[in-house]
Amino acid sequence: MSALICEVVYRGIFQKNLAARITRGIVLSARKSGRWGIAFGRYGDSPQRNGVPAKDFAIVADTKEELEQNMARYEPKHVDVTICVDDTLSKGVESWAWYGLQPINRLTVPNGTLLMTSLQSFEALLKDIHKKDAPYQLALLRAKPSFSGLWVYKEDHTEARILGALARIAPSFLTLDAVCAAVKEMEWGSDLKVASARKAAERLETRTVQMTEGNGEIPYSFEMPKWWEMREGISIPAIPIGKPKEEGKGYVPERNPYFKKWATRTMRPVVDFDTCVKCNLCWIACPDSVFDVMPDGTFDPNMEACCGCGVCEAVCPVENCITMVNESVFEDNASQWEMWRQDKGAYKTWLLGKIGDKTTTVRSHGFRFRGQYEEELKRDLDLGGVEITAGIPGENAKHKTI
Amino acid sequence: MAVVTKAAPAATEDKELLISGSEAVAEALVLADLDVVTAYPIRPYDTVMQAIAKKIANGELVAEYIVAEGEHSQFEIVKHASTVGARVFCGSSGVGWAYAMECLVVTPPLRVPMVALVGNRALDDPGAFGVEHNDALFVRDLGWLLCWIDTSQEALDTTLIAYRVAEDRRVFLPTAISADGAFLTHSQAITLVPPKSKVDKFLPRYDRGDLLLHPDNPITVAPQANEDWVIEIRRQNDEAMKRAYTVIEEAYADFRRVFGRGPENPWFEESMTEDAEIILVGMGTLSLPIKVGIRNMPAEGKKVGLVRLRWFRPFPTEQLVKALSKASAIGVIDRDYSFGSPFASGVVANEIRAAMYNAEKRPPLLSFISGLGGREVTLEDVYKATDLCYNAAKSGKSDVKTHWLGVRE
Repeated sequence: MSALICEVVYRGIFQKNLAARITRGIVLSARKSGRWGIAFGRYGDSPQRNGVPAKDFAIVADTKEELEQNMARYEPKHVDVTICVDDTLSKGVESWAWYGLQPINRLTVPNGTLLMTSLQSFEALLKDIHKKDAPYQLALLRAKPSFSGLWVYKEDHTEARILGALARIAPSFLTLDAVCAAVKEMEWGSDLKVASARKAAERLETRTVQMTEGNGEIPYSFEMPKWWEMREGISIPAIPIGKPKEEGKGYVPERNPYFKKWATRTMRPVVDFDTCVKCNLCWIACPDSVFDVMPDGTFDPNMEACCGCGVCEAVCPVENCITMVNESVFEDNASQWEMWRQDKGAYKTWLLGKIGDKTTTVRSHGFRFRGQYEEELKRDLDLGGVEITAGIPGENAKHKTI
Repeated sequence: MAVVTKAAPAATEDKELLISGSEAVAEALVLADLDVVTAYPIRPYDTVMQAIAKKIANGELVAEYIVAEGEHSQFEIVKHASTVGARVFCGSSGVGWAYAMECLVVTPPLRVPMVALVGNRALDDPGAFGVEHNDALFVRDLGWLLCWIDTSQEALDTTLIAYRVAEDRRVFLPTAISADGAFLTHSQAITLVPPKSKVDKFLPRYDRGDLLLHPDNPITVAPQANEDWVIEIRRQNDEAMKRAYTVIEEAYADFRRVFGRGPENPWFEESMTEDAEIILVGMGTLSLPIKVGIRNMPAEGKKVGLVRLRWFRPFPTEQLVKALSKASAIGVIDRDYSFGSPFASGVVANEIRAAMYNAEKRPPLLSFISGLGGREVTLEDVYKATDLCYNAAKSGKSDVKTHWLGVRE
């Protein structure tokens, strides 16, 4: 290898600053050994939206010529290391550029590395990560996803830890000493961060993933139309009217077959159909027409279409009826209502289990007041998780007001 | 949509009217049974909005007449009206046209067949009213069909032809008709106005088909799209412009069939070019001093012809090359400028240079800039241009200098 190409797959807005720091850190670390590099984002991701999967890239090379050779593409088609900083992205990446769903390891070269931050086990993650036609390394850093806002970074050392892990993965480009030196010199660098980088390098867990391992599902895709196949006048047909369900007692809207949006989701709504008062508010407020109307008048969120914004939870007037919970513990997009219909008792147990899972659950979308991070951190350490409260995720509204 | 106008002329014969270019356009709009028109005053275009207002006030035309609060809205409103199936008209001049630029840009990719009149006017500053072609030329690269007219008769005829071409499903592109400020917009001439019965045989109703914005045809128009879609959209525009060549030729042939008049060659008018040694080229009303100037030249042993370009987009490359190749020298007179362009020439001169590049026979080409800001292009200017062209013909070499005619120096 004379060049090292890395991609960082991250959540738009929430991890924008984190991703930029990682790619900058890669280049600045490699510079310590006289190498050349570039850090850049996928331009199409630039007008970011909350949670939409986005990518940053870093390329470092021995010479300027080698760097140019690798930069002569709009964005890399193969990467030595895929860095994924939110483990819900292991289910696949659907950019707003309408590509269909891309497996998280799609660009990773054979025997390359997929480096993820996660609290899940290798086995749990491999239920989500799609199979690849070549073996590769799966490397895990134990961490909660570092989410913050458009203008801020959480300073939870995730960037330093990723860089430390990279020193283990690609030591010929980034020695641990070089990474530590770069981390210290970076804006907001500190000795504490250097220690985090060193510990991450020590603690990195890695295992080889064989071709037979992983999610066997074929990710949805579609053929991009030729210019003469496209409608003229920059026009697209409207989504057709939906279909009745069970002899007209229910209703299922049609949805865009090319753009499903669920890869944007880091949390998903779970619904208590027993306490639903059929008020329609979730159905009205959902910006993506996610809710199917069930024959009994309740509303079943379609998990192919849900981007996990949490508006339904915010408008639901019934406490604990719609609750946003951690996406990473789900392995499919199956209907909750069908599960409830089959066995109401088992569903309730399942539902309470999802709501009660506090270890990895709350993904703060930013901070509402000074000191919130310290509070959350303390509760994470003391209680093994931040309490779920009603309201928009991260808002921490204490109780619903009806 | 097409509402029958109250007092459509019943006669089967053409009637003669003494009208200006702007009034001729308004006559054509009545005949075309216009649906929606937007207006915002700027001279010299305002003459056409006044003429249309009068037609509506007199009950000759039933149409929505919307006075916008600026040119930007003016062009936006008709763009939207057109997407719901209305035949629309709009127009402006100079910096008014510039103010509408954002809407002018989006109209071709959305395939909106609006017809607009550009009363050509110098751009501010200074706030002059006189003609320059730079305003309409703003949109030369964007997918607008562009033509320049010379007489009131041509104003009327071309307006009808413009709807026929723009609203053809193969094209669906906006069309701007350029009329020289003052020389055409404000000069009244004897004009034949055909009866509506004839026009109905020539101009079908506007049918937006699958692109119609209507509850029965639910579509989204102009969603955001990134790099995976844009070049295909541009290629579609390119193809529509290429198809316009055929559609324009069909329209002129049909015009001659229905009305019994009109040019054989849609693309440009030729005067005395048959055995011409020198051919002068220009657009719009500067044809008149050239026509008069060259008329007397055979007596002096000079054979000079004129090619007055009608259609600038699509550019009649093949036809022009054929017509110009036979000359010993070509002189292009631009009523526009393109500062810093190759040879500091005007726009038309450089387009013709590009068109001639692959020609088998490339006569020397001279570039002239004249008549800016509405200044008269004089007979003396024409003689001077002719003499310079003869010099180039003798030496067999193009003069790389661009000559400014009629500038005080």
